[in-house]
Amino acid sequence: MSAPPETTDEGRVVLDARDIARALTRISHEILERNKGSEDLVLLGIPTRGVGLARRIAERIAATEGVQVPVGSLDITLYRDDLRQQPARGPQHTEVPPGGIDGRTVVLVDDVLYSGRTVRAALDAMRDLGRPDVVRLAVLVDRGHRELPIRADHVGKNLPSARTERVMVRLDEYDGHDEVRIAGTGTGTGTGQDEVGGA
Amino acid sequence: MRKHLLSVDDLTVDDIATIFATAAEMHDVQRREVKKLPALRGRTVINLFFEDSTRTRSSFEIAGKWLSADTINITGKGSSASKGESLRDTVLTITAMGVDALVMRHSASGAAQQVAQWVDASVINAGDGTHEHPSQALLDAYTLQRSLGTLEGKRVLLVGDLTHSRVFRSNVKCLTRLGAEVTVVAPPTLMPSGVDTWSREAGFATSYDLDEALPKADAVMMLRVQRERMSGGFFPSAREYTVGYGLTRDRLAVLGPDVPICHPGPMNRGLEIAADAADAAQSLVLDQVSSGLAVRMSILYHLLAGEGAS
Repeated sequence: MSAPPETTDEGRVVLDARDIARALTRISHEILERNKGSEDLVLLGIPTRGVGLARRIAERIAATEGVQVPVGSLDITLYRDDLRQQPARGPQHTEVPPGGIDGRTVVLVDDVLYSGRTVRAALDAMRDLGRPDVVRLAVLVDRGHRELPIRADHVGKNLPSARTERVMVRLDEYDGHDEVRIAGTGTGTGTGQDEVGGA
Repeated sequence: MRKHLLSVDDLTVDDIATIFATAAEMHDVQRREVKKLPALRGRTVINLFFEDSTRTRSSFEIAGKWLSADTINITGKGSSASKGESLRDTVLTITAMGVDALVMRHSASGAAQQVAQWVDASVINAGDGTHEHPSQALLDAYTLQRSLGTLEGKRVLLVGDLTHSRVFRSNVKCLTRLGAEVTVVAPPTLMPSGVDTWSREAGFATSYDLDEALPKADAVMMLRVQRERMSGGFFPSAREYTVGYGLTRDRLAVLGPDVPICHPGPMNRGLEIAADAADAAQSLVLDQVSSGLAVRMSILYHLLAGEGAS
């Protein structure tokens, strides 16, 4: 997936690098608290940026607990319910950690939670890979507008937004710097679809 | 990517890269316990084979099934074609049932091209006469690229019955497009007429001397001697062919242990390839089969999954 196209409306920064770092640290602690430690945890990032976020959370868990939690990636392209509404896109990499996900507590990690369709697709994709005991969801930004009965367990920031707005997550690993922006307020030009983080 | 896959000419270098990238992901599915992806749910793929095939047909069939498409096989023998139905009537009848893709093999060069003009479904050429076999070329290039790291600047030798080989025609196009330096080797009687003009335009070399070309090769692809397409007289005896152009045990020694060997199958063991070579550690013959499945999944996915497909 390429970086979002430059727009004249760059919007405003809602999370800067330090905000993102703090949010991820809090999420990491929440995950450990909820799980009562790091036992049986597996982090699965949803490409593209969810994978980077999952790795960062794993680093923080390693720093606190001294345990390296397995990290993988779970691509949902082939499980999207809107595959036929757009030109076929190549799938991104799915990598299940060596121990698999059977009987584990899987934390799905994504950058933006929006309609919930990505998460639904991820749950479908996971069913073909194994049977976790528990699945939880961690997102950096929850921007609302759910279309399915799905909620996040761990949220970096709740960001009320209009459907016409665009939320852009940029991470150092992919974009050279860390920030979350929101753009397109009231212009009505937005597509209602994040360029980053998808549906 | 276009609607049909009739020839390697339909594909840009970017298209090929896209197909390979998706194939690499599809490859992982083969190692899964649940070999099923929902991407082509509700699509129907018909394998229409007027010529015999084991690997291509089963490969397309499994590829379709693993992507959740409904796949059906129709063979020339045992279909209405053997009752005298014309090709046009056969494909129109099949597509009238609401088919999304036709994977087609026919003994006439250009058959798939012709059918593509008659039907709304996507047509995938799985071999038309002595013309083209694009999915084979893609899987060969994909297999070699995985083995060699890149095809750019690699010297690839194609050896055998070139006159009757659609695999050769598609492979030369695909490999040269990906930057390989291709040399094709055949006895004069099995070197297609007009190859000189084509090789100059397309930028590949021709040779009658396997022993001269062999030591310089980074990869060798042996092609099958297609006796079913020969009316005889192309070479004096099988023994003589093997002596001149077979990948024998002696030639295997010249090649060394690191040069990959491909063969699209089915192999005539002892004729164009010795058992020692076919079963050598450097033989990619079975990799070609498993890669073929991944590449065909990728082809079906890109032709059928997205918007505008059917």
